[in-house]
Amino acid sequence: MACGPFEKDFLKKIAQSAEKEFRIPVTMEENHVDLTPFYNPGRRQYDANKLLSFISESAVNENAKVIGLFRIDLYIPILTYIFGQAMLNGRSAVASVYRLRNEMYGLRKNDALLLSRAIKEVIHELGHNFGLIHCQTLTCVMRSSTYAEEIDQKSQHLCQRCRDSFDNI
Amino acid sequence: MAEKISILIVDDEESVRDSLHNWFIEDGYDVERAENAKNALLMLESRKFDIILADIKMPGMDGMEMHRRIRALNRDTIVIIMTAFASVDTAVQALKDGAYDYVTKPFDPDDLSHLIRNAATQISLRAENEALKIKVSTLEDIDDLIGQSEAIRKVLKQVESVAQSNSSVIITGESGTGKELVARAIHSNSPRKYFPLISVHCGALTESLLESELFGHEKGAFTGAMFNRKGRFEMADGGTIFLDEIATISSKMQVELLRVLETKSFVRVGGNKEIVSDFRVICATNRDLKSMVNSGNFREDLYYRLNVVNIAIPPLRERIEDIPLLANHFIKKYCTSMSRDMITIEPAALKHLENFEFPGNVRELENMIERAIVIGNGREIRLRDLPMGKEAINSSVESLDELEKRHIEMILNKYAWNVSRSAKALNVDRVTLYNKIKKYNLKQQ
Repeated sequence: MACGPFEKDFLKKIAQSAEKEFRIPVTMEENHVDLTPFYNPGRRQYDANKLLSFISESAVNENAKVIGLFRIDLYIPILTYIFGQAMLNGRSAVASVYRLRNEMYGLRKNDALLLSRAIKEVIHELGHNFGLIHCQTLTCVMRSSTYAEEIDQKSQHLCQRCRDSFDNI
Repeated sequence: MAEKISILIVDDEESVRDSLHNWFIEDGYDVERAENAKNALLMLESRKFDIILADIKMPGMDGMEMHRRIRALNRDTIVIIMTAFASVDTAVQALKDGAYDYVTKPFDPDDLSHLIRNAATQISLRAENEALKIKVSTLEDIDDLIGQSEAIRKVLKQVESVAQSNSSVIITGESGTGKELVARAIHSNSPRKYFPLISVHCGALTESLLESELFGHEKGAFTGAMFNRKGRFEMADGGTIFLDEIATISSKMQVELLRVLETKSFVRVGGNKEIVSDFRVICATNRDLKSMVNSGNFREDLYYRLNVVNIAIPPLRERIEDIPLLANHFIKKYCTSMSRDMITIEPAALKHLENFEFPGNVRELENMIERAIVIGNGREIRLRDLPMGKEAINSSVESLDELEKRHIEMILNKYAWNVSRSAKALNVDRVTLYNKIKKYNLKQQ
């Protein structure tokens, strides 16, 4: 569920990658969401927990996992920022490209890198929806990433162990 | 599979508890939540947590007070204090009270990950350390002192009680009774067990060598002293020093030893810097030290300094009932080391052992069993496999052929059926030996 202005091709590539990885049909949806209720002026960020609940309630298909993709800066109360958030074994997740952009860190814009990071982040959060926890394998997409360079170090694929866990769900 | 690290989150704000909960379960931790200190302490009555994240500001009991109470319950729990309002005073106090860390909300995700990962590493290292300690302590424990006789049980009781103290011990007993084993048992059951047990065989060294061995030496102290060398007293720091055959040390060494025992300090040979070492002394002797004191051959003051506790190990002939246990222990030991299937000992052989004098005590018994296993060819130790076994058999009537057959069999087994070597030992040629093998229908087992 795209909750912000994204290029169609960008979203299509993310959806295709997720479909390939999980071998489950992925559909795209565009949504125009009023984000005002989720904004915290004290932090100047958007509350990911509230957005997560919103995404969960908005989803029409009860059997589907839904991930909301945003362009805003997300937070949860305990952390300064997050890239995304998901309900472990739940049906909803959120992810944002805000802190995946190179410009955020004073670097030159890189669309290809942004796409790569967004694909990994979406697959990662969906992985949590399917019950996968963080993995220690360096290249596994389920490895925890706390800053953007760590996302670059991992692949967009599940390692064999996570693959086996996913297949046994 | 290793147990999951367990985390308890204590914070009055639900959003904080839930956020942390969701964050940590994604890492595979076992996470529980409590909304205040009182509930957290109630939870801690029924289960243990590896890590507790506690907010400072909570209604009722605050996080700092809760932390102090948690410390009193379990010093091993890692407590991380969280606050939205950091202050140097509370940070210092929290750390003084033993908190693992003091962190300000909101956390940088990377910082939080590192914090918990480091805490988890500390927990697993601690668990590994505990497991290793147990493993080390069972390697050399009191079970090496085999026996169920009243005499040996008395020794075991003495070992258990003296182990906990720092008192000097003299172990007395005939040669081969296990004096060093007792010294090891005392050390490995004492609070000093994680530090070295340093053994010195005083009887094997000349006076000057013993001096250098015990005190160490500085480079150039004497010809051949190419480097500085730590002495045994220094190496035993924190642990135990075992002085075997203490009765053999010279008068000069007795004086020096007394001084070291009284001051716990010494100087290396050729040195001038005083070295302090904290060690416990255990000595052993097969001589009557009191008689030596009376005859002026051993210093009385040193004797009383060393002989705070005396453990006397009885000779093997005074604990005959332990012989079967010891024999089986050595059979198991040598069958294992030789990768052989376990064998037994025939009743006649055991009876013979029980009647034997054993001037060499347990060491001699061990030697007999090892030899019997090496030269024996069956699944049990027979009377004939023991040194005295032959004499017992010779009292019965045996033909020359039977004697010859048995002797050839023994030699063949000794040389692992190497016919050339066996023939040479028997002083016959190979053809003769082959004929004898055929005649007596001898077969390699």
